[in-house]
Amino acid sequence: MSVVAAEGAAPRLTRRRRRQLVLGGEYGLFLVVVAVLLSSADWHEIHANFANWDIAKQLFPDVITIGLRNTLIFTITGFALGLAGGLVLALMRLSSAAPYRWFALAYIEIFRGLPALLIFVFVGTGVPLAFPGTSLPGGVYGQAALALGLVSAAYMAETIRAGIEAVPRGQMEAARTLGMSHGKAMRSIVIPQALRIVIPPLTNELVLLFKDSSLALFLGITLQQRELSKYANDVASQQGNSTPIIIAAVCYLIITIPLSYLARRLEARQKRGQR
Amino acid sequence: MIEVRDLHKSFGDLEVLRGIDLEVEAGEVVCVIGPSGSGKSTLLRCVNLLEAPTSGKVIVDGVELTDPECDIDAVRRRIGMVFQQFNLFPHLSVLANVTIAQRKVLRRPAAEAEKVARANLERVGLSDKVDAYPAQLSGGQQQRVAIARALAMGPSVMLFDEPTSALDPELVGDVLAVMRGLAVDGMTMMVVTHEMTFAREVADRVIFMDEGVIVEEGPAAEMIGSPASDRARTFLSRVLDPAAAQVGEVEEA
Repeated sequence: MSVVAAEGAAPRLTRRRRRQLVLGGEYGLFLVVVAVLLSSADWHEIHANFANWDIAKQLFPDVITIGLRNTLIFTITGFALGLAGGLVLALMRLSSAAPYRWFALAYIEIFRGLPALLIFVFVGTGVPLAFPGTSLPGGVYGQAALALGLVSAAYMAETIRAGIEAVPRGQMEAARTLGMSHGKAMRSIVIPQALRIVIPPLTNELVLLFKDSSLALFLGITLQQRELSKYANDVASQQGNSTPIIIAAVCYLIITIPLSYLARRLEARQKRGQR
Repeated sequence: MIEVRDLHKSFGDLEVLRGIDLEVEAGEVVCVIGPSGSGKSTLLRCVNLLEAPTSGKVIVDGVELTDPECDIDAVRRRIGMVFQQFNLFPHLSVLANVTIAQRKVLRRPAAEAEKVARANLERVGLSDKVDAYPAQLSGGQQQRVAIARALAMGPSVMLFDEPTSALDPELVGDVLAVMRGLAVDGMTMMVVTHEMTFAREVADRVIFMDEGVIVEEGPAAEMIGSPASDRARTFLSRVLDPAAAQVGEVEEA
């Protein structure tokens, strides 16, 4: 203390004074930036272009019955396939048979390393060429589910594997001691606990998938098969107005924000539940 | 009932069991004591093949577990095991913990499995906890559920791996009381424990292990009261009166 007093000939800022200055500066900067942005924007144009009530009205009900509906179908079927595939891949990753482990590892690395767009193009054009004469059930719906499933399975596999490894070893031992086979112990004891652990991260995966479903536009879809992004984009270019994009954005957020909130809640609950 | 012949177990370069020969008669209660790292838990885990022995034979109830042709799941149904950390299934209620293996392994109908479960929970004094989840129970209660879970399979042998070591001292008594009851009812038991009072009162025979071998064994009172070997004497004097140890005298735990 005495050292500070001795060296400070000029009056030094007190801690409180310095904090006031820093905070004041931060708020000031924020207000200036906001003011500049607001004053430079053309509010009339913004209103006409992004919040055009007449164009917004025309969007209903199609934006829901076609756009949101197809987005949800693609997402849910893709998630279901991805979950099943991810579980299988996770078990292969943990298998004692080396070829299974290699396959799962290769799959995960490949599909996590590629842009989802590429997978969609591949499923849309490559699969029909590779297996001529076959068609996926549901046509485009099958293709979208497959593409989303292929991608998300790779991510979910790693999440589920981590979940399985997070179940204490004693659980498997206790189950084996009671005479359960390895498979039975996995199915009735380890996997149910692992799935509980991975529900929050899987919910986040669902949010990602929900957004990735917009890539279905690369599958060659009909008007009735358009999902939110494609639908909004089409109407926006027809009308020369961006209001449909805003409406589509709101539709996405109505789903994703509650889902993210739910994931956070589940995670918090799990943390509390740990002994 | 249990027969172990020239059992060796190594983890990598570490030789944990170095030739164990052991027999446990039907209805006998055998306590295994010894310093930690002496291999007593590994020995117990080899008896139901949770650890695969490096060499040697394990025969339980007339079946050789170490035979590669042996149906290990079938034999394990008759060997109950209780762990230090309880290892209850946290996602299942107490009742489901006790019924799940009966249902999935023995294929008992739901009603019968539940009846057996309730009877065994009654036996360990927890009939009022059937609907609770493991996290809601004290350590002592969890361990008693674990005992009921093992008993529900109708085992002919019970293995206990330091069943009271993870418990608060005031909860130890309840678990030991349940185990004493089992012994009185004639269950064949092999117990790895540090509870010398329990060993002296309940065990027919006490085995002292150190550094992977059986150093000494004998009737409980004799073994604990007047051990013949120096190692057993040093170990017992420390366990029975930890405060008396001299500074510098304590080597490995």
